[in-house]
Amino acid sequence: MELLLFYLVAIAAIASAFFVVKCRNPINSALNLVTTFICLAVYYVMLESPFMAAIQIIVYAGAIIVLIIFVIMLLNFGQKVKGRYTHGLAAGGLVSALMLLVGSQFVRFGEATGTGGEITSAVLTEVGHTELIGRALFLDFVLPFEIAAILLLIAIVGALIIAKQKV
Amino acid sequence: MITVTHYLMLSAILFAIGTLGVLTRKNAIVVFMCIEVMLNSVNLTFVALSRHVGNLDGQIFVFFVMTVAAAEAAVGLALIIAFYRNRESIDVDDFNMLKW
Repeated sequence: MELLLFYLVAIAAIASAFFVVKCRNPINSALNLVTTFICLAVYYVMLESPFMAAIQIIVYAGAIIVLIIFVIMLLNFGQKVKGRYTHGLAAGGLVSALMLLVGSQFVRFGEATGTGGEITSAVLTEVGHTELIGRALFLDFVLPFEIAAILLLIAIVGALIIAKQKV
Repeated sequence: MITVTHYLMLSAILFAIGTLGVLTRKNAIVVFMCIEVMLNSVNLTFVALSRHVGNLDGQIFVFFVMTVAAAEAAVGLALIIAFYRNRESIDVDDFNMLKW
C-alpha cells in the first residue's frame, strides 16, 4: 500500500518536473513546480519528517513560488516571446541522460551503509520531530544558524540595491 | 517495502530533469525554476539518507539549503528585473553585457 503511494507520487513528481522544463508559458512552469514541491512534501511525511514537510510547503510552495510568479507577472513578457524557446536540445539532453545514467548506476550498484543511529522511529514518535530538529539547530548547529541569519540580511540588502533604479 | 534506494533513484531522475531544463531553456526565470527542482532533489536525498542513517544532521543541512535557496531567489529575481530593465528581454542568449 505504501509502495503504491510511493509510485503514484513519484509519477506525479516526475511528470510535473518534466512539465516545468517543457511548458512554453512560464506561469505553467511555476504551477507545475508547485506540484513538484507538494509531492516532495508527501515524501518527507512518508520519511517521518513532518517539520521538513511543513517548511517545504511554507518556504518553497509559499514564499519562493509567490516571488517567482510575482516577477513573471511584473515583467509580463508572456505574450511577446515568440519563436524558439529552447536551445541546444541535443547536447543538453545528452548531458542530462549521461548524468542520469551515472547516478542510477551509482545507486544501483552501491550500497547505502551506516545504519543504526540513535534517531529511530520510536524516538521520533516519542520526542517529536520538531523538538529534535530544534535541539540540533540551537545546540549543535547554532553558529551556522547565525551565519544563515546574516546571509538572509545581506540578501535583503543586495536585492534592494540591485533592483533599485537609482541608487 | 520502500528502501532508501527508491528515494535515491527518484532524486537522480529529478536532478537529471532539472539539468535538462537548465541546459536547454532560454527563459531565465524557467532556468531559475529548474535550479529549484535540482535543489529539491538534493534535499530529498538528504532527508532519505538522514532517516536511513538515523541521524538528524542531514535534515539540518536541508534547512540551510532552503535558507540559501530563499536568499538566491530574492537576489536572482532582482538581477533578472535589473537585466530586463536594461535589455527588454530575459533571454539567456542576451546575457552578454560582460563580453567585449
